[in-house]
Amino acid sequence: MTSAPQMHNDLYNQLKEVIAEKKNVRNPLIEILRVAQDIFGYLPIEVQEFIANEMNIPASHIYGVVTFYNFFSMTPRGKYNLNVCIGTACFVKGAPRLIQMLSDELGIQMGETTKDGLFTMTAVRCVGACSLAPVFVIGEDTFGRIDSKDKVAEIIKRYQ
Amino acid sequence: MSLKRIDLLICCGSGCVSAGAIKIKDQFHSVLKDKGLTNEINIIETGCMGPCDYGPVMVIYPEGVFYKKVTPEDVEEIVEEHFLKGRPVKRLMLQDEEEKNYLTNKEIPFYQKQVKVALANCGYIDPESIEEYIATGGYEALGTVLTTMTSQQTIDVIKKSGLRGRGGGGFPTHLKWQMVHDNPSEEKYFICNGDEGDPGAFMDRSLLEGDPHRVLEGMMIAAYAIGAKNGFFYIRAEYPLAIKRIKLAIQKAKEAGLMGENIFGSNFSFEAEVRTGAGAFVCGEETALIHSIEGQRGNPTPKPPYPAVQGLLKKPTIVNNVETLGNIPTIILKGAEWFSSMGTQTSKGTKVFALTGDVRNTGLVEVPMGITLRELIFDVGGGIIGDHKFKAVQLGGPSGGCLTTQHLDVPIDYESLKERGAMMGSGGVIIMNEEKCMVNVAKFFMDFCVDESCGKCAPCRIGLKQMLEILKRIDSGNGKEGDIEELQRLGETISKLALCGLGQTAPNPVLSTIRYFRDEYEAHIRDKSCANKVCLDLMHFEIDKSRCIGCSLCSRKCPTKCISGSREDKYTINQLSCIKCGTCMDVCPVKAISKVPGMHPDVKAKREAEAIKQQNQDE
Ligand SMILES: Cc1cc2nc3c(=O)[nH]c(=O)nc-3n(C[C@H](O)[C@H](O)[C@H](O)COP(=O)(O)O)c2cc1C
Ligand code: SF4
Ligand code: SF4
Ligand code: FES
Ligand code: FES
Repeated sequence: MTSAPQMHNDLYNQLKEVIAEKKNVRNPLIEILRVAQDIFGYLPIEVQEFIANEMNIPASHIYGVVTFYNFFSMTPRGKYNLNVCIGTACFVKGAPRLIQMLSDELGIQMGETTKDGLFTMTAVRCVGACSLAPVFVIGEDTFGRIDSKDKVAEIIKRYQ
Repeated sequence: MSLKRIDLLICCGSGCVSAGAIKIKDQFHSVLKDKGLTNEINIIETGCMGPCDYGPVMVIYPEGVFYKKVTPEDVEEIVEEHFLKGRPVKRLMLQDEEEKNYLTNKEIPFYQKQVKVALANCGYIDPESIEEYIATGGYEALGTVLTTMTSQQTIDVIKKSGLRGRGGGGFPTHLKWQMVHDNPSEEKYFICNGDEGDPGAFMDRSLLEGDPHRVLEGMMIAAYAIGAKNGFFYIRAEYPLAIKRIKLAIQKAKEAGLMGENIFGSNFSFEAEVRTGAGAFVCGEETALIHSIEGQRGNPTPKPPYPAVQGLLKKPTIVNNVETLGNIPTIILKGAEWFSSMGTQTSKGTKVFALTGDVRNTGLVEVPMGITLRELIFDVGGGIIGDHKFKAVQLGGPSGGCLTTQHLDVPIDYESLKERGAMMGSGGVIIMNEEKCMVNVAKFFMDFCVDESCGKCAPCRIGLKQMLEILKRIDSGNGKEGDIEELQRLGETISKLALCGLGQTAPNPVLSTIRYFRDEYEAHIRDKSCANKVCLDLMHFEIDKSRCIGCSLCSRKCPTKCISGSREDKYTINQLSCIKCGTCMDVCPVKAISKVPGMHPDVKAKREAEAIKQQNQDE
């Protein structure tokens, strides 16, 4: 088994390659941050500083960009990202109730991660499945027309 | 397009995929293989066909049989009955009103009033195949423009067509182009705005996913007209499939020699690349978008200077919406007169809308400008679901406004909508039934705008928050006389002073709901009552003692233990401790519990007592 710090090194090496590859593209920062978040799962300060060093730009600039966009997260996330849609179509079709049901089922509030580290519940504005509203997404799977606690419980169980 | 006996078009748009289209496609592949039919039947994965509500949907040619809500279990039967015996599976088809006839694709009422220009290929071709796009006349327009027209002639055609921007503002497309065309700068840029920030809208996404080459071709024609050699697609990160498809389209176009150096032997050369957004609504605003492509925070900057003068890397830049570009190849091919024959005096052509909410046929539609809201909602959309009545329609997302029954005969064009306090917007149409509370809806949009405000200018950052606080106060039962006027005053001020379109338009949902549903605001403030029982502080739960059988189930399930009673006395809710979770209503076996509008007198009395106490303490 690889020890934790070494695994970390691997990740940093991976990131280094990406930066080298994208460096020549004009203004690649956001693209690089996206890949970095894919690699690490989130963007802690250390990773931001690493990128700043590699790219020769101030870390404060990177911090400014990371905090501006909803897509970037500075806290670690659960194994599955559970994204609840709070777009207009879902709102009209009962997203607030869906959030309540998910919250009851998982025992967490929006933005929190379950104790077992399995789910992080976040909100998203429209995932393009408005015709199935209200909708939530786990990883790449979309679940629509969720109108009962039983449905919620059944879906969550599949991932536990 | 194929020489096979049957074309099976499976919708693989996001709606149908969420409903399970991929499983069905795989199932077809495996069943056809088992039966040795792969040579006879051509499976084509298309973009959104439109009627997403019926998803997963598919169309089978040559007959044009339309199947809805298909499940993997149905596949075997479709192959056996339809493909082998030539008998369509009736139970999966749509019927007409009298339930007499089974409808083919062309006969479905949903399509009757639609005219597809930008969406012409969406749902008909495989978006990953450049050959299929070319077979429908794709890249012909580009060829025509590059080999027979000057850039000025190209702009003139667009001018004559009357095309206006589909990204929300409705700015005449040719005017912007002309400005950049006339600029002598050597370096110019073209950007396609695929940020689609309006929550609850999926027009641009569907077009990018369903017919990416069309958008690319539109961009190249536009770039030729203005003299740009480089183009960017800015697409939000939440649309991975759209990003993938556009990247693939660029690659295929390059391989086919339709992009790169000296396209069609002309002296026009062009390269395009894709940039992804990272989840900020304000980045759809063109100056913010440009900063985002430059790798900065996506803050808008004041205009002028307009991007057409000083845009990306300080060079003249055009930003056009996805759908705007999707119209261009067809305008070139069919002519400006054809395009401008559709629509109204000021708004020409067609518009794509995403119908959602309490409407029967949710989905993606394209209708001629000038069609009335009634036709859009009732004829195309099929009316309201269930036994409900139409109450309001929100057009233009968080920047738009709510219209109501009195506006159903308003023709859809930029000016008519604006006059009534709504706007065309990018095309999100949210239809609401009589159960919706307009104060709550206005609060939802304001919440969104406060969340998405980039914080750069004070009217937007501070003013919107103040409006939200007032709305929260009203919805929690603490509204005061004068709140409505204060909302209006703030809203009008912010509209005037905010730096970018986000702040300038954010008050619209509040202002338009006050304009058309003032009585609801008043009831919330004066009577402390939400007639639709949506705002939790302004409604309560009640047990009807004449129906209660005293089973105690609700009392046992209530999380705050605030229901008490006995079999004889029946049960009652202690209103002061109720958190309005609704559990009791769900569990009652005889439906004795219901929601009642208005704050309960006990709660009102308690709040008043507290207010007096607070006042005394303050003094
Ligand atoms: C807050 C805000 C968000 C916007 N979002 C979008 C968007 O998601 N897509 C879009 O095409 N235009 C959007 N716009 C409009 C753009 O600024 C720009 O006017 C448009 O892309 C121009 O293209 P068009 O002339 O083809 O419509 C937005 C504007 C504002 C103020
Ligand atoms: S709504 Fe919830 S808190 Fe209120 S009485 Fe019913 S179960 Fe109890
Ligand atoms: S569940 Fe219904 S019937 Fe039973 S005690 Fe409660 S209100 Fe009465
Ligand atoms: S609003 Fe929820 S999927 Fe579009
Ligand atoms: S996604 Fe299939 S019809 Fe819209």
